[in-house]
Amino acid sequence: MRNVPLWVYIAVMALVTYAIRALPFVLVRSRIRSRFVRSFLQYMPYAVLSAMTLPAVFSSTGSAYSAAAGCAAAVVLALKGKSLIVTALAACACAYLVDALITVL
Amino acid sequence: MNDLSEHTLYEGLKDGIPIFLGYLSVSFGFGVLAVSKGLSTFAAVMISLTNVTSAGQLAGLEIVAAGGALIELICAECVINLRYALMSISLTQKLDSTMSVPRRLICGFAVTDEIFAVAYSKTGSVGVRYFYSLMSLPLLGWVMGTLAGALAGSLMPASVRVALGIMLYAMFIAIVLPPASKSRAVFTACAVSAGVSVLVAVLPALSFIDSGYRVVVSAVLGAAVSAALYPAEETE
Repeated sequence: MRNVPLWVYIAVMALVTYAIRALPFVLVRSRIRSRFVRSFLQYMPYAVLSAMTLPAVFSSTGSAYSAAAGCAAAVVLALKGKSLIVTALAACACAYLVDALITVL
Repeated sequence: MNDLSEHTLYEGLKDGIPIFLGYLSVSFGFGVLAVSKGLSTFAAVMISLTNVTSAGQLAGLEIVAAGGALIELICAECVINLRYALMSISLTQKLDSTMSVPRRLICGFAVTDEIFAVAYSKTGSVGVRYFYSLMSLPLLGWVMGTLAGALAGSLMPASVRVALGIMLYAMFIAIVLPPASKSRAVFTACAVSAGVSVLVAVLPALSFIDSGYRVVVSAVLGAAVSAALYPAEETE
């Protein structure tokens, strides 16, 4: 259904992202006063990552089982304060093992 | 270049090393995911080179893969990247007089969560020389990691590539959970956002909402509810 070339998508994405970053850098010379707006922008990154992760994480591997296993590993390690790379590799390893088990059984 | 601030080029490079290493691994995950969704290695690298943002790129990737509308892409990128506007506004308070408008237009390209955090934490003002050196290694790492991930993704056996699909999401979990377990405000923003996102994805009546809009609606609701319940204290 896509009739737009890929490079147009990439260009639009890049332009919007750049404009959001660079324009305030050049134009804004004062602080945001509204406490609500500052709080809103402060919490936004976490809200974005949460919405991107759930429910998409459960369809990110070979099966919902392996995704759930990888997700559980990530949650445990993240709460223990492990680094991004350790958490990510452990999640991948768990997902790989569960999918391998499913194939064998 | 007369740098008024005391932060040197060397200091910027040194401060960029941890970000460089982190970006190598995060963008590796993006590279794997991009080729698994059917993009070429070149396209994956071009996206990283021109965007330099994990969440925005992933959302864009999903919209591109689903053949979504350009307006959906624009809405999603605006909301997901809105935080950068705040970071840029905060950073403007730290820039010294070496930051002319053209230089600001170059440096603005590299306002990411991590580069912002490091630059903002410096004592005193920040000059163009420090900022250029601070942004150079992370940008390199972001592009190199994507290239490595895309190449690895097209070479490795399917069973491994499929398991690596969870990599980026696991990193998001590792970014979000520690602060969410410590701050009620962050927890509320995440819980509301994730809850809405799951509902929209699962409920048949709402299934007409595409993934990009779903993230927009969920994140705006989550951040708004939390900001209304727990307004943040003044940080400076």
